[in-house]
Amino acid sequence: MVAVPIIEGARAARFPAFPVGGTAGASLKPEHLAAIHADPAPVGFFEVHAENYMGAGGPPHAALAAIRERWPVSLHGVCMSIGGPQPLDKDHLRRFKSLVERYEPALVSEHLAWATHDTTYFNDLLPLPYTQATLARVAEHIDEMQEAIRRPILLENPSTYVVFPESTLGETEFLRELVRRTGCGLLLDVNNVFVSATNHGFSALEYLAGFPLEHVGEIHLAGHAEQEDDEGALLLIDSHDGPVADAVWKLYEIVIGRSGPVPTLIEWDSDIPDWPVLKAEAEATQRILDREAACPARGMAHA
Amino acid sequence: MTRTALSAAYLAGAVATALGTGAIAGPMTEAEAEAAMAAGKEKCYGVSLAGMNDCAAGPGTTCQGTSTVDFQGNAWTLVPGGTCASIQVPGGRTGSLEPLDRDLPT
Amino acid sequence: MPEPVISISETCRERLGYAAAFTPALLDPEIGEPEVIAGPNGKSAKKRYDVYRNNVTVSLINALSDTFPATQRIVGEEFFRAMARLHVRQSPPTSPLLSDYGRDFPDFIEDFEHARNLPYLADVARIERAWLDAYHAADAAPLHGHMLTAIPPETLGQAVFTTHPATRVVRSRFAAVTIFSVNRRNEPFGRVKAGEPEDALVTRPRLEVFVRRLPPGGARFLESLMAGEPFRKAVDAALEEDGDFDLTANISGVIEAGVFTAVMVSEHGDNG
Repeated sequence: MVAVPIIEGARAARFPAFPVGGTAGASLKPEHLAAIHADPAPVGFFEVHAENYMGAGGPPHAALAAIRERWPVSLHGVCMSIGGPQPLDKDHLRRFKSLVERYEPALVSEHLAWATHDTTYFNDLLPLPYTQATLARVAEHIDEMQEAIRRPILLENPSTYVVFPESTLGETEFLRELVRRTGCGLLLDVNNVFVSATNHGFSALEYLAGFPLEHVGEIHLAGHAEQEDDEGALLLIDSHDGPVADAVWKLYEIVIGRSGPVPTLIEWDSDIPDWPVLKAEAEATQRILDREAACPARGMAHA
Repeated sequence: MTRTALSAAYLAGAVATALGTGAIAGPMTEAEAEAAMAAGKEKCYGVSLAGMNDCAAGPGTTCQGTSTVDFQGNAWTLVPGGTCASIQVPGGRTGSLEPLDRDLPT
Repeated sequence: MPEPVISISETCRERLGYAAAFTPALLDPEIGEPEVIAGPNGKSAKKRYDVYRNNVTVSLINALSDTFPATQRIVGEEFFRAMARLHVRQSPPTSPLLSDYGRDFPDFIEDFEHARNLPYLADVARIERAWLDAYHAADAAPLHGHMLTAIPPETLGQAVFTTHPATRVVRSRFAAVTIFSVNRRNEPFGRVKAGEPEDALVTRPRLEVFVRRLPPGGARFLESLMAGEPFRKAVDAALEEDGDFDLTANISGVIEAGVFTAVMVSEHGDNG
């Protein structure tokens, strides 16, 4: 089965429709471009932050087009502010739509978070309370984005550091209801689950037991950093600046054992290592995916 | 009118000289620009610098937390500490002077 | 810009006040953490909220550092980050595209009293901002020389040029191009005299951004043409500003640098 980009009417695809199912991918970093093109078998797919390719032209587009000619690409939005109370930025929706049309990505995702308030853009994934009111608002925003880009998105669970006492719904309950109302899929960030579970003192396994894995279209893995909270307890930061932690690998194997081989990305955004280091993380991921795909019962269910 | 007639001939002559036989008729590549400079043939639009390489080409978006801690207040005691010591401003000074001894208004 | 919210009740509106409550302290360390948040199980939210403060502040300082590397090298990282932190708090981004951020940073530097001993610094920052604009500008094929030689001599004076989307001119009373150039390389350099005025042309005819120093009158010549003024008027303006203006060399330069994409002559232009 091939993950084919949705193409309106008879418009011919500009790029090949590469399969992305069951593969491991890596964040695309400009410093790796030469090494990637020289690598006969780099990774299964590449993910970019959509906003880094919203300029009119120049080297970023030339580089992404050259990648897209040869491999599937995942567009990962970080600034849509879907989790914010105010209306989505119409200019940003238009930019996102044209990027989807231009690159025919295999996967498109955004975050359950917000980044803009009034006219200020804060460049961080900020948290929201989980209530009936925010649920309705976020569902409207997902509908609006999906209508604008004419395809479903995958919504990512966040790393969080604080709670809102006004919340009345759990995060998995909130996500499950968003899927039901909007038809969106989910991007399960296993590192975010581990970070939030540690920071808030809940069980990552219990969280995953409540997560609607049947709607997960992509998984993220990343490294995190360690700090302390005011009480001196461990506070994890979703820093994407190192290898995936052992505990996160264990959770990932449990998830894949239940969900089957879902396309999985290694995210690495700061202290970027040489390409072979990032590639090795993706290869470790691919081995887990391949082992699961080879499992006969799973092979039947997910062929 | 005289000026116009002169100007027309002058303009056309300059274009012909600039773009006549053997002259470069389109933008130079980085390699051509470097070769021209190395050969001392740099004309007037001196090439100072071609693009930085891609890996340092401006800011990227972020979807991760940062582990650096940086939210201090405004007390200001710093002096410029980079290459400015080698850059001489008119009057013979360089940039490294004593700090202004007070806090900035918030 | 945001559209008025009319579809929800007052109760819901109150429940959607979290963003207004959460944001004021993000860029102001003097304000305590917002009351709408808490730590889990009765824990304090102070250090937890500081994670968000830190993410916002550091990532935006990093964005300025990425856009203005020569400016940072001139003043050193510590000074630059402190200066950038003040700017981030005073003028946070209004666009989610960080490649648009920092447009008012050169003006901020110009007015920044702790950098007033470096009067060239703001112009170096202006060249760096123009560099990033050129980098992301739309792609376009530059004007070929034969388009210019094909124009009949008698109408050449009325020729009007279309500017390449990547082209920028930055004028400076200081040696901003030289200072920019030596500080974008990671190599030591000798003494630089900042007092010599230098005008910069920033272009990207293909994928490489070029920064060039313009000859006498060159900046005035280009500014006039970029404003849509006819060829003759631009030559007059350049000669008026600087008697050393060399038209032949400037025409070569314009073509070599890929400053324009097209030239046209209006059919009924005046002849003077």
